[in-house]
Amino acid sequence: MKRLFPILSVITAALLAYALYQALVVAPTDALQGDVYRIIYYHVPSAWTAFLLFLINFVASVVYLIRRSPKADIVAVVSAEVGVVFCTIVLVTGPIWARPVWGIWWAPGDIRLTSTLVLWLIYVSYLVLRRFSSSAQTQMLAAALAVFGALDVPLVYFSIWFFRTQHPQPVIGGGGSMDPRMLHTLLISWMAFLCFAFLICWSRFRLELLKREVEQAHAMESLVGAGAAAKASMPLSRSSR
Amino acid sequence: MNAIKFLFAAYIATWVIHASYIGTLVLRFRRLRQELQQLGKGK
Repeated sequence: MKRLFPILSVITAALLAYALYQALVVAPTDALQGDVYRIIYYHVPSAWTAFLLFLINFVASVVYLIRRSPKADIVAVVSAEVGVVFCTIVLVTGPIWARPVWGIWWAPGDIRLTSTLVLWLIYVSYLVLRRFSSSAQTQMLAAALAVFGALDVPLVYFSIWFFRTQHPQPVIGGGGSMDPRMLHTLLISWMAFLCFAFLICWSRFRLELLKREVEQAHAMESLVGAGAAAKASMPLSRSSR
Repeated sequence: MNAIKFLFAAYIATWVIHASYIGTLVLRFRRLRQELQQLGKGK
């Protein structure tokens, strides 16, 4: 397993470099937007990756609620955190793309943009809850929040089909057409981002295991300390009888 | 030409966000390992 990580890292780095080359050099320039449309090769794969990670978070949360499995809980927190990182990229690259194309950074009231921001806020709240609540039921509350949060994912995705919005129609399945070279580049970028997300999730998973190990060691230490204190107070309690 | 600036800004922002997140992961790993070592010494 330890050898697999560096091998996968090299493959992912090569794939990301190839995707960048495809995005900046090979993919043709858009007739309407010019070169700025190339933001699509980072914006859309980041959005798809975030959606996938939130879906994994939803499944893991449901599994946790049913079985109380600690592994499912770890998968849930890892996917939510990495999903928030990719969703942040969507929310940052979106306005950077909108400014030269729409003439504005943000369209207030636009359902696609607003629902994406709400999605990000829900998962940030999920992470804040997990980080700062020390209640015994935190994991269960977080899992329940994640289940409700996941309901926003289809709203974000299908909002551009059902509502009038500034945001363009979906690239795939939206009825529009795309140059095959553009689509090829987009899929390569997504594959590279997926591999990258997998590596980050792997590292974050190991970090969570280490964190729980440290917490367990702290708990053991305080138990041993409490045991020693009780032992030291024994002769006193006997003599007081 | 001006639009190119936006393209590069978006690509750079993406990698700055990823690098920052990876940086926090590395720091958290380091802190936890130190804590675990200290706990081991305490025994």
